[in-house]
Amino acid sequence: MASLTSYESNINKVNESAGDRIFMFCNTTFLVVITIAILLPLIFIVSASFSSSEAVIAGRVTLWPVDFSLQGYQTIFEHKKVWDGFANSLFYTVFGTLFNVVMTIIAAYPLSRQDLVGRRIITIAFIFTMLFSGGLIPTYMVIRDLGLLNTRAAMILPTGIGVFNLLITITFFRTTIPPELIEAARIDGASDFRTFASVIIPLSRPIIAVLALFYAVNHWNSYFQALIYLKDQELFPLQIVLREILIQNSIDASMLIDVEDLVVREGLRELLKYSLIVVASVPVLIIYPFVQRHFIKGMMIGSVK
Amino acid sequence: MADQAGAASSIGRRPSAALSTADRAPQSKFWLRIRRNWQLYVLLALPLIWLLLFRYAPMYGAQIAFRQYSPAFGIEGSPWVGTANFERFFRSPKFEPVIVNTLVLSFYSLIAGFPIPILLALSLNQVRKRLFRSSVQMITYAPHFISTVVIVGMLFQFLHPRVGFTAVLANALDLQAPNWMGDPNAFRHIFVWSGIWQEMGFGAIIYLAVLSTIDPALHEAAVVDGATRLQRIRHIDIPGILPTAMVLLVLSTGRVLEVAFEKVYLMQSPLNLGVAEVINTYVYKVGLLSPILDFSYSTAIGLLKGIVGLLLLIAVNYAARRLTDNSVW
Repeated sequence: MASLTSYESNINKVNESAGDRIFMFCNTTFLVVITIAILLPLIFIVSASFSSSEAVIAGRVTLWPVDFSLQGYQTIFEHKKVWDGFANSLFYTVFGTLFNVVMTIIAAYPLSRQDLVGRRIITIAFIFTMLFSGGLIPTYMVIRDLGLLNTRAAMILPTGIGVFNLLITITFFRTTIPPELIEAARIDGASDFRTFASVIIPLSRPIIAVLALFYAVNHWNSYFQALIYLKDQELFPLQIVLREILIQNSIDASMLIDVEDLVVREGLRELLKYSLIVVASVPVLIIYPFVQRHFIKGMMIGSVK
Repeated sequence: MADQAGAASSIGRRPSAALSTADRAPQSKFWLRIRRNWQLYVLLALPLIWLLLFRYAPMYGAQIAFRQYSPAFGIEGSPWVGTANFERFFRSPKFEPVIVNTLVLSFYSLIAGFPIPILLALSLNQVRKRLFRSSVQMITYAPHFISTVVIVGMLFQFLHPRVGFTAVLANALDLQAPNWMGDPNAFRHIFVWSGIWQEMGFGAIIYLAVLSTIDPALHEAAVVDGATRLQRIRHIDIPGILPTAMVLLVLSTGRVLEVAFEKVYLMQSPLNLGVAEVINTYVYKVGLLSPILDFSYSTAIGLLKGIVGLLLLIAVNYAARRLTDNSVW
């Protein structure tokens, strides 16, 4: 990559034709326009969230906070429902991801071993579930018959293994762990359990990072599972709380109680939505630049397949 | 377990007690391999139980599509009704709009959404300045990580007829502020283009990965021959990513009946239901939301969708292999 870049800049110094220069100008413009198009809505939401409710309701906010205020954030942080949702989402994300990663690794390692009898059939059995599923209602009935309805386990167990993640993990094991290493461990007298725990796991740190990221983002962002399997308010993840406030527009009157004026109240109602959008996205967006690299790595492993 | 099965099959095959070692060898080697790896099967046990319970048990349960399910009788006990549930769907006034909405939304998403990540990747691949390149990448990937609920919430706020960005802009220009979220004619465009906004950067990653594997010697040779950048894109980069593009196209065509229904469901309102009711949302409503829950009817519609989707995938894959030599399997 580095060599390519230096070679590129060399040839461009030597003979960049007029046509190429025009092309590069258009190309850069295209990318700048796209980047602005992505940023614009984000900047608008963030600006509105830091404005006063009066400015929001009067429609004076565009791309910079007007009458800077933290009113929206204050209202949100005083709201117990949002905090409970946060705590629940954290719980589902941590334990759900743990379950996912363990299950994926213990499935992928045996399936990556060429000498495992039945490897092909079992792999196909997994892949088939990618192409065809029993459907919403039959799955719901299984969850119901297992007694998982309205329990925290319903948010964790059904996701289990993502087939795409399983496939990239198998590819990872196959391409990074030489069979000679496993053979050597066997000759040294290590059982498969021992090899798995002392050789494989320490070598799979990069793939564990990728898996944990993929699964954690899914858990944090998912709402539909909660919508169909959960009934009790106390179990609701953040996304369900968000849906009530942002989409169904149902906000507890208690949140707005100290506001008398109807217009201001309406303004606060909209303002806290902007703030809520920011608060809900911040955890993922803050860690994202640091883990971006791993995501891309994961996608690259996937594309090898 | 393994031993018993092994013994049983060898007895079944050879009634005579005299076994020549030569023809016994492969068989016992087979069982030896299973026995030697027993710990691997122990590792696999939990994932397999999970697979059977949460993925294959529902497939078994899908048979209620052919029964009149009632909780009192259970899956096996409910009476068979043949294809009555399917026929009911075909005759239902909902049948046509639901199918049409699903297909229009899917194909619109596919046609508009498929080329854009490719374009973005080709364009990014031309950029030499590292900082510019990585900033564009980081910004365009970011929306992928925003949850569906928040994306739809953002749409409602951004396009809000009173406090939204479009309203503020319209007011500044002395125009009537549009109410796009309440306009059924705008639903499809909003759905598709917000999807593109969210996913184009992330969709470009895989093409960028493929572009980085193209042999630089090809580009060098082309430059020596006096090829312009545009020519190099056309004759080197595009052929390079074509196989990947083909595979992704096949996969997404196989999924046309799925749509991103979690997002559709969140965007639905009484105003736009005429264009926004798709198969999956209808299945959900019939099965879990309506006053009289009809598990069998809902399952039948879901099963129909699943089978048609699978056949479609096989057909598209076959066509792709015949026409271009690129296919998923």
